[in-house]
Amino acid sequence: MSNTAAPNPVILFFAAIGRPVIAAFAAIGHVTLFALHTIRKALTPPWYPLRLFEQMFQIGWASLPVVALTAIFTGAALAQQIYTGGSRFNAQSTVPAIVVIAMVRELGPVLVGLMVAGRVSSAMAAEIGTMRVTEQIDAMVTLRTDPYRYLIAPRLFASVITLPILVCIANVIGIFGGYLLSIYKLGFNPANYLTMTADILEFDDIMMSLVKAAVFGFFIALSGCYAGLTTRGGAAGVGRATTNAVVGAFILILLSNLIVTLTAFG
Amino acid sequence: MSDQPKIELRNVSKAFGSNHVLRDVSFSVTPGESMTVIGGSGSGKSVMLKCILGLMDVDGGQIFVDGADVCAMKQADRDDVRTKFGMLFQGGALFDSLPVWRNVTFALTSGRYRNSGEMRKVALDNLERVGLGEEVLELRPSELSGGMQKRVALARAIAPRPEIIFFDEPTTGLDPIRTDVINRLILELVRDLGITALTITHDMGSVEKISDRVAMLYDGRIIWSGPVGDLRRSGDVHVDQFVMGHADGPIA
Repeated sequence: MSNTAAPNPVILFFAAIGRPVIAAFAAIGHVTLFALHTIRKALTPPWYPLRLFEQMFQIGWASLPVVALTAIFTGAALAQQIYTGGSRFNAQSTVPAIVVIAMVRELGPVLVGLMVAGRVSSAMAAEIGTMRVTEQIDAMVTLRTDPYRYLIAPRLFASVITLPILVCIANVIGIFGGYLLSIYKLGFNPANYLTMTADILEFDDIMMSLVKAAVFGFFIALSGCYAGLTTRGGAAGVGRATTNAVVGAFILILLSNLIVTLTAFG
Repeated sequence: MSDQPKIELRNVSKAFGSNHVLRDVSFSVTPGESMTVIGGSGSGKSVMLKCILGLMDVDGGQIFVDGADVCAMKQADRDDVRTKFGMLFQGGALFDSLPVWRNVTFALTSGRYRNSGEMRKVALDNLERVGLGEEVLELRPSELSGGMQKRVALARAIAPRPEIIFFDEPTTGLDPIRTDVINRLILELVRDLGITALTITHDMGSVEKISDRVAMLYDGRIIWSGPVGDLRRSGDVHVDQFVMGHADGPIA
């Protein structure tokens, strides 16, 4: 007869909670070490400027259409929402001010971050993950080339440099979307709209937008590269890495957005 | 020939969780020797090569390269030791995004775009050694057959003229003629250039053609090693079953 005691349900309950919590902290630790290791490697030669420019093109230029479409539609929809909501307390005239603040401080960086994360994090994870499972990363090491310097650092720095540029473009296009809808549908005076937009926009708003963009760029590349480099298990592993990269990037973007916003205004 | 082994493993062990892949593995390879390790699929042969290269850390034991304990080295020193090695990976492991000539010269340029004209010539020299020509220089790996990919990978492994080359299943997927080309090349590298070779393979024809000595890895241990001429009279039932390719025997 077995004398094994039945598992205590309370212990089982806390174990079920504890395991994912411990795993989450372990993952945070691993990603942090990965980022620090990459930065340390990137500060010493050899450097790969051509790889940096290739990645800037991939991340920036190739993302422009999707970023532009997202920004113009969001800016226009935002103008309509503010006009409709504002009409409840006779505040329709605040449309230019709220469009510009919302776009520059919040929607521009976050939407660009999320769109680029969906496009770029997944691509990085798939490419590096495939290289991992086909032993190309191991081959690179045996061929006297450090994968952190050759693969990871150019992606990380390209993303940090490119995202602020993309966000600036998205902010302008988003404000322009709001302008178009306000002029042609809501009947605003073009000159007054532009004057109000320029008057309300402050240097701090633009700085916040750029800081957020750089932080998001860092997390987008970090999530994609980490998921790719830690890929295990063939094609299925590459699929999991791609999903993890996008989910990780989304969470990091939304969390860091809150932290940056609270740090600035909290 | 020097008495000091080029590579020496002493009681090397490596486990993945409860799966003990290598248990107290010890053997040595002398300079200019062609050593082959045979063993069933999943017996830990590739893991052993990756441990020697420093791509994986060992759990226990020591690995010496030219008398220096590489497991006790700092990373930078280990990177220097790694420049002595070339490796032909089982699947080729060519870089998909680069043309053949840049794959072949990758170690010489550390992946950078430099001296393109000169590097193309270097690539062509090495490709000709493995029976390929100018027509493949600008092709991408995905445009090559499996056998051609293997030969390009071999050209890439020998391009920096390493002191030691590891061959991980060098003839898998090749037709008999190309298999012979690769076998001859391995012999040529060892005999003419004095390169030390460590090969892992299942191809018994290749084993008998390219090896000076053979070791068999089974259950994480080296169960037999000796000159290739003694392989068929080893007196070990595991080795006999593997060499003869019998389904019945102690190896499940």
